[in-house]
Parts: sequence; structure tokens; C-alpha cells
Amino acid sequence: MRNSFIEKLNQLNNDLIKMGGLVEDAIKNAAKALEEDDVELAKKIIAGDSLVNEAEKKIESQSLNIILREQPVAGDLRKVSAALKMVTDMERIADNAADIAEIIVTANVKSILHISASITEMAEKASRMVGDAVKSFVDVDLELAQQVVERDDEVDALFNEIKTILIENISHDKSNVDIIVDTIMIIKYFERIADHAVNICEWVYFFETGEYKSTQII
Amino acid sequence: MAELNNSDIKIVTKDVNLFYGDNHALKDVTLDILSNKITAFIGPSGCGKSTYLKTLNRMNDIVPNVKISGKVLLDGEDIYENGVNVTYLRKKIGMVFQKPNPFPMSIYDNVAYGPRVHGIKSKARLDEIVENSLKGAAIWEETKDRLKQNALGLSGGQQQRLCIARAIAVEPEVILMDEPTSALDPISTLKIEELMSQLKEKYTVAIVTHNMQQAARISDYTAFFLVGEMIEYGETQQIFSRPKNKKTEEYITGRFG
Repeated sequence: MRNSFIEKLNQLNNDLIKMGGLVEDAIKNAAKALEEDDVELAKKIIAGDSLVNEAEKKIESQSLNIILREQPVAGDLRKVSAALKMVTDMERIADNAADIAEIIVTANVKSILHISASITEMAEKASRMVGDAVKSFVDVDLELAQQVVERDDEVDALFNEIKTILIENISHDKSNVDIIVDTIMIIKYFERIADHAVNICEWVYFFETGEYKSTQII
Repeated sequence: MAELNNSDIKIVTKDVNLFYGDNHALKDVTLDILSNKITAFIGPSGCGKSTYLKTLNRMNDIVPNVKISGKVLLDGEDIYENGVNVTYLRKKIGMVFQKPNPFPMSIYDNVAYGPRVHGIKSKARLDEIVENSLKGAAIWEETKDRLKQNALGLSGGQQQRLCIARAIAVEPEVILMDEPTSALDPISTLKIEELMSQLKEKYTVAIVTHNMQQAARISDYTAFFLVGEMIEYGETQQIFSRPKNKKTEEYITGRFG
């Protein structure tokens, strides 16, 4: 039995779950801070981003060291390589949450929310996608992972719907340009966050099957 | 495994059972070894992989109290049939062992030994065979100026390549290797591994190895053995990335024993 190796893999898994939790909190709080115009919460998200960056570095280092010293194969290799790919998406989600928080700190959030009820709906959907992506990884739940992938279309549809409203608004009233620009940035970040959630799910699928986006890559 | 043409199959083994006295060392082993590929046999000590390798050129015949059943076909011909000339069989299916075992004679005579046994007397022809075999075993440059020197003066890695040269001097069709690098340092090991991938262009190679990374690096197909049974056989890429059998996964990932 390679006990110390298995210990290292368990540690890697635990750290990924922990990082997933941090990222999930960041996006949930970003949606909440937006909905409630909560500047203090937004500032906390920005401050918390460095924890996610540290977690990413730690997981990258653990993964590379396992490859170097243990030469993992089969399910172990898939786990370590999925970890290396997934942390990039997790880190981007937290970055985007911090980007949204920065806008919340300075923008006129009430006016943004007034543009369309779909903005909070989109924020909630993207946030739930991240939560479920992390859950699909923790529970190795391929069905849930597949659901998250499919739900991306709903977020894309909301993005397009809000974008159309924004274009209409700006063509009638040029006085709100800064609000429009802040809004388009926020919804773009949520749309990207949903894409990263999809990527995480695709790596969960790879971890179980060796298949990535319908191609057997290993 | 992908669909195979019959012409791709060099050796067929079907329901091979082998007993050493009461010890059932191979249990219904069925697998096909493909032409011009490297097939690796892996598994823990005592799993039957070396025993299996030795059934392929009847090296087990000399073991007392051995009983073998089932079929081993080389190009469709049963090698265990009555009347098979075992010396001729071993010319077709050569073998390289764990420990380099050159004869205590010159480098030249080591390589020329087999061809001489098989009746070649012409000096020019022997010179040609010796040169080509040493080149084929990637050891010509190191030995061409010392062919008359005793082979025992070579390093372990050179001796093993000399043994490969000796094996290919009789123009075999299959080369069996039983842990050919386990007694060698890493550089010599890499040279033998490089050589193996060249050898498969002309020969069919089957190798027993304890080094799983080696099997992953060099072989095209891998078979995993456990207590006399062949558990899983498939493309090496598949075995080491997505083994189908749980026991294979447990063994190759070290969760075993």
C-alpha cells in the first residue's frame, strides 16, 4: 500500500473542496451584495480573493509534486490533472466575483437593479451553478455536473435579454451611460462565472471517465 | 481492443494451464500477441507472468514435474505438437534474460555462436551477421574495435545489448525478454528501452517487467497477471489511464497488498 501517496491525494482532495467552498462563498456573496446593495459585504469579497489565490498556488504545487514524486496513473493521474485544470477556473470565478464587488463599491447599485429584474435572477443562477459544480466534484456526481452544463444556456439567455434592454436604454437616454456600462460589466462577469462553472463540471466528468468535451483525451 | 486482422497476430495462446507439480501456475490464459508490437506482462511476484513468457518458446519443458495444457500457436502452428523441433523453435523465438549472460568468449564469437550452430561457416557471411546484429542491438560503435576481446569485459548494459545482438543473430521472429533491465543502471536501461522500440520494426517483442513505468513507456499492449490468471489485457494507453478491471487499477496505482 502506498499510504503516504494516498494521504497526499486525500490532502489534495480536501484542499480542492476547501477552495471550492471559498469560491462558492465569493460568488454567493457577490450576488447577495448586489441584490442588497451591501458595500461592506462587497469589500469583504475583495479582501477574501487573496485566500483563493493562495489556495490555487498550494493546489498547483501539491499536484506538480505528486506528478514529480509519485508518477500517478489511471484514476490518480486523472484526479491530479483535473485538479490542475479546475483550480484555474475556480480562481477565475473568485476573481470575477471580486470584479463585481469592486463595481458594487463604487456604482449606483439601485439604478442598476432597476434596469431589469433579470439581473438578480442571473446572479442567483450563476451562483447556484458554481455551488452545484463544486458539489458535483465533491460527490463525484456526473448527473449534477451535466445539469450545470445545460443550465449555462439559461444564463446566456438572460445575458442576451439584459443586453437588449441596455441597448434600448442607451439609445433613448444618454445620461445613464455609466450605469449602463457598470451593468454590462456585471452581467458579463456573471456570464463568465457560469462558463467557468461549466468548465469545472467538464473536468469532473474527465476525472471519472477520461473524457473531456466528448473526446477521450487520455 | 481494436479489430484485429489474423495477419496482425503472431502468437495465439488459448486456455493455457500450467502446473508445477500441484501448483497451478497458469490458469486458462488466453491472449493474442501482435506482430511488430511490444507486449508487456506486469503483475506482482509469483503472478505467472515469467512462467507465461517461458511457455512461448517452451523454456518450461526443462522444468521437472511441469504439465502444460491448452494451445500456443506461432503463426497458426501449435508449438507443443509432437515432432516440433525445439531448437528450431527457439531460433524463431529468441530470449533475453534478467541477468546478462554472455558466453565466456570473444564478443565476435558470442554473436557468431548461434549462426555457427545453425551451420553457417563462411567467414565473410559471419562477419556480416556479427556486424549487422551488433548494429541492430545498438552496440556496434562501442565494440567494433574490440570484437576479439572477451565479452565479460563489457559493462552490464553492454553485455545485455550483446545478448540482444546474440539473440537477433539467428534472425528470430519473436524476442522474449524477461526483466531485461532489472539488473542495469538507468542509462543502460534507457538504451535498452530505445533499442526495443527499434527492434519492434523487425521483430515481435514480449517483455516481462516489474517496472510499471517501463511498461507504460515502451509497450504497445499490456497484460496484467495475478495469481496465475490474466486479469486484463489491452492497449497500454488504456491500461494505464482507464483500466477496466478494479484489480488492475489497484495494482498499477499501488493500492495493492
